[in-house]
Amino acid sequence: MSLRRPSKEQPENFDFNSASLEAAKSIIAKYPKDKQQSAVMALLYIAQKQNSNWIPLAAMKYIGKFLDMPYIKVYEVATFYTMYNLAPVGKHFIQICTTTPCMIRGAYKLVEACKEKISENENELSKDQSCSWMEVECLGACVNAPMLQINDDYYEDLDKEKTLKILDKILTGETPKPGSYRGRLNNEPENNRKTLMDLKNA
Amino acid sequence: MLKDEDRIFQNLYNDKGSDVESSRKRGDWINTKDLIDKGRDWIITEVKASELRGRGGAGFPTGLKWSFAPKELGSRPHYLVINGDESEPGTCKDRDILRFEPHKLIEGCLIAAYAVQAHVCYIYIRGEYFIDGEKLQAAIDEAYEKNLIGKNASGTGWDLDIYIHYGAGAYICGEETALLESIEGKKGQPRLKPPFPALIGLYGCPTIINNVETIAVIPTILRRGGKWFASLGKAKNTGTKIFCISGNVNNPCNVEEEMSISLKELIEVHAGGVIGGWENLQAVIPGGSSMPLIPQKTCETLTMDFDSLMAEKSGLGTAGIVVINKDQDIIKCMARIARFYKHESCGQCTPCREGTGWMWRMLERMAKGEASRDEVDMLGDVTNQIAGHTICAFGEGSSWPVQGLLRHFKKEIEDRNNLNPTIKKEKNIPYLVDQHLLDKKNA
Repeated sequence: MSLRRPSKEQPENFDFNSASLEAAKSIIAKYPKDKQQSAVMALLYIAQKQNSNWIPLAAMKYIGKFLDMPYIKVYEVATFYTMYNLAPVGKHFIQICTTTPCMIRGAYKLVEACKEKISENENELSKDQSCSWMEVECLGACVNAPMLQINDDYYEDLDKEKTLKILDKILTGETPKPGSYRGRLNNEPENNRKTLMDLKNA
Repeated sequence: MLKDEDRIFQNLYNDKGSDVESSRKRGDWINTKDLIDKGRDWIITEVKASELRGRGGAGFPTGLKWSFAPKELGSRPHYLVINGDESEPGTCKDRDILRFEPHKLIEGCLIAAYAVQAHVCYIYIRGEYFIDGEKLQAAIDEAYEKNLIGKNASGTGWDLDIYIHYGAGAYICGEETALLESIEGKKGQPRLKPPFPALIGLYGCPTIINNVETIAVIPTILRRGGKWFASLGKAKNTGTKIFCISGNVNNPCNVEEEMSISLKELIEVHAGGVIGGWENLQAVIPGGSSMPLIPQKTCETLTMDFDSLMAEKSGLGTAGIVVINKDQDIIKCMARIARFYKHESCGQCTPCREGTGWMWRMLERMAKGEASRDEVDMLGDVTNQIAGHTICAFGEGSSWPVQGLLRHFKKEIEDRNNLNPTIKKEKNIPYLVDQHLLDKKNA
């Protein structure tokens, strides 16, 4: 199990803004009547997005009321799933996959790059408060290892040098292009494709 | 090698777009109505004839699973749930289907939903695949617009709504009952079975749960016939499969190949060979991290299917092949996998919650050579205490890789770990009663 604790500093209040309210209503409509509790995961995402990438306890209370379910059940969900940040993270939230398939292709070099550019420790904000990084478990892009995720985007086929360049761009406020950084087409065998060739050449 | 025209996922690398028009050119949605008009029984018989086995890891026959759904629609609605919570280290096939072949999946959903009489289908996607989920959502919107799904979907008279539900980084939600709990808005902790989801599943209603890849191959099977699918591969292990080859190979890739293809061909032909040559191969994890590894000498002749891997005391699982060459420290690799399982255990059953941590800490020490020799057997004991003593298969999934390591690399661990815990300077003073105190001081 992963141990997760909410941040010590918590805002007093939380309310959905109008955009969030609209999104929340359209999500509740996906589920059968009286089963609005199903929407809790999506609503936590909405709260996280609204509250600069982390979920305060006040938001859990608000969502509990919103969905007519006990606060503790929302708290349970928010602490169980690891993608909900319970403490502030950087605006650019960098997650490096270090599970075995990535590890044996050099994921810890990417960790080194983050330590150099962002902060010495995991979950620590960078000097300009804009970035933070952490090691995560398998992100499901094993054939593009090593890789990292910045907010929603995947950056694949990296090495230390390429990671440093990406981080430089992030720190200057640019958004680097997601995808493979060795220029290959998605998950194809690089320079060694033997299948579906007529489609490629068509 | 499989002929190109027999490959189901023509757009695996996104050479041509994934929108509905390009998908139609590849044969999706062309005669969905005709297929459905042939009736429920025909669909299920055809799927049974194809001998398709679930692509999510357990390899349960899909046609059989569908036939478990109640024949008559009772007071409770039926649900179809698609499992796209792909989180098994080494596996990244469903992502490509979600983003490049979404219409195969949506069409499969319609056919499967009709076969099991569901009007609502939830597609559960892991939260990290948000961008890929957006692409699927765009495809779903397209399908609604063209009336391929929705009210009177594709003119078949069947109504179907498809919704996406995002997970949030919990591996355990790939377990079908944990997935249902998650959709219900709870912690993803697996339920006791029976009752099986086919009778009591989502919201207590009959629910059929299939993997993304399983559902996405259904339309092609029905178009080309179950016999065609069954003619590929070998008996009971039929059809094609997307293999993900990662790790120490020259060209890691996803490739769709015939079932029962030899492992060596996959690695040498498609993935460009092991880094440092075939001789440099140390071990292969054949089906995602939870399957026991296979040492080099077995890899030579191994064929990739459910039954032949079972015979090697491993499994095909999700067909995520992780190649580990001799430059890697195999104990460290397995210790990292143990850390993964320690992190992902849901905490419901004690043997798994505590045992995964024990395994991880022991393996970390063993990688550093800080363990004593009898701890190697103790580690084996721990794995046996976990496997088979938990509600879901996570217990097996977490202990099998360690058991595989002990089966094939016990000598390496023992060579590295020679710590002797007994006291070396033994002073035996006959009149001293508290001998153990003296021992402690010397230790």
